[in-house]
Amino acid sequence: MGMVQISGQIVFLFQDVIRCLFRYRIRLGLLIRQIDFIGAKSVPVVIITGGFIGAVFAAQTEFQFKDLGLSSGVGPVVAIAMCRELGPVLCALMIAGRVGSAMAAELATMKITEQIDALRALAVYPTEYLIVPRFLGMIISMPILVGLAILCGIMSGYYVAVHILDVPGVYYWNNTVKYTHAKDIWIGLVKGFFFGLIIIMVGCNKGLHAAQGAEGVGLATTEAVVDSFIIVLIANFFFTFLLNSLLPS
Amino acid sequence: MTAPETKPEALIRLVGVEKKLGAQNVLRGVDLEIRKGEKMVIIGRSGGGKSVLLKHILGLMQPDAGQVWFRDKDLAQLDEEEMVPLRKETGMLFQNGALFDSLSVGENVAFPLRERGDVPEKEIESEVTRALKIVDLPGQENKWPSELSGGMRKRVALARAAISRPALMLYDEPTSGLDPVVADSINKLMVRLGDELNMTSVIVTHDMVSAREVGDRIAMLHEGRIYCVDVPKVVLESSDPIVKRFVNGISDASDAIF
Repeated sequence: MGMVQISGQIVFLFQDVIRCLFRYRIRLGLLIRQIDFIGAKSVPVVIITGGFIGAVFAAQTEFQFKDLGLSSGVGPVVAIAMCRELGPVLCALMIAGRVGSAMAAELATMKITEQIDALRALAVYPTEYLIVPRFLGMIISMPILVGLAILCGIMSGYYVAVHILDVPGVYYWNNTVKYTHAKDIWIGLVKGFFFGLIIIMVGCNKGLHAAQGAEGVGLATTEAVVDSFIIVLIANFFFTFLLNSLLPS
Repeated sequence: MTAPETKPEALIRLVGVEKKLGAQNVLRGVDLEIRKGEKMVIIGRSGGGKSVLLKHILGLMQPDAGQVWFRDKDLAQLDEEEMVPLRKETGMLFQNGALFDSLSVGENVAFPLRERGDVPEKEIESEVTRALKIVDLPGQENKWPSELSGGMRKRVALARAAISRPALMLYDEPTSGLDPVVADSINKLMVRLGDELNMTSVIVTHDMVSAREVGDRIAMLHEGRIYCVDVPKVVLESSDPIVKRFVNGISDASDAIF
């Protein structure tokens, strides 16, 4: 299917979701279930991802900075990289793999087993019942998950640099606090919000437009992950320039 | 556009309905009138467009040409949200049940009543218990759809479709995959629902026993058009070779699979 057609489907779905947000009451039960699935159940994955990326990044930076006598500069480098790039992007990739694929598979299965037709037959508008709670669950959860990934990355970076590589802790921490600003964190959270939006719209759209049969479900799931990865990475490039111009370092 | 002239009792009227799916012309101009309170059975060969026709009656599919009238509304002119009030008056039993996997049996059956929003929870619970008892599945409220056999799923789906006592019930292969005893109980249930609640029923089936027992009239869909419509006795005893072959399940050389 052409890129233009898929983009069109996503735009129409997004428009429908926004319309449903104003037109219908929000189903709290379904929303809580989605926050639990997207947010709470993703916490271990996000902690591990953020923690190990922060640790590795701190170690590599220290190895390179040591010869220049800049070891105490590792802290702000790790913190800013985690806030502005690594936290939101890696968190988004993990969530696309865990949640985007599950959304696409679940909706595709519902489609091919006529459950979506059954919803319509029971006078329920599918976008309102199926997509809106997922959409809200994602945009609520994603910034929190990104914040968690950033926090874990900074903490693990501190641990590796200070306790394993013997960087002086006071300098490390003071420099981190001195050179990391609130806007760095905001950039990460804003990126996380938009990446969540991309993941949920791509995943839901793939599920709703899946072809018939087991192959259709498999294809929708794979495409949801791959497309989300690509769009997140490309969008990140543009967000980086846009947000840097709005909130310069 | 104004509604075509119909007899006062017509609830559904299909006028020249055409539908193409991929390269196949599934419906090629279906004309059919379904009267209020009657049980209309639609028979026809597999892949002949019966389920597609049913989905047009509920507005789940839009015709490429023609009109589908539900009382005085042409479903082809309505958008998804405009159809919601009409769908509140209808129920549909899907071929494979289409139960919601994420809900228990009890929650599935209660779904239409909970969606109405004006039925007290206690009443919903007693209605669910009653509905499951009617379809011979008492006490199964807490099971999950994945724990049920195909026949049980179908009966749960029937309880879900009928619990809100719709004016129009659509059944897609209600007895397929069921043993003869359960199939007979479903047939009796369809008759009961139709008679006691004055429900209009449209039943798509291959089961000639079911067609004979349930139908007030039988319509045969052949090559995308309604080939004949009449009372069961006339259709099932027809001397027309096409009808006769279908009713008696006789294949010819051109039907050979291998």
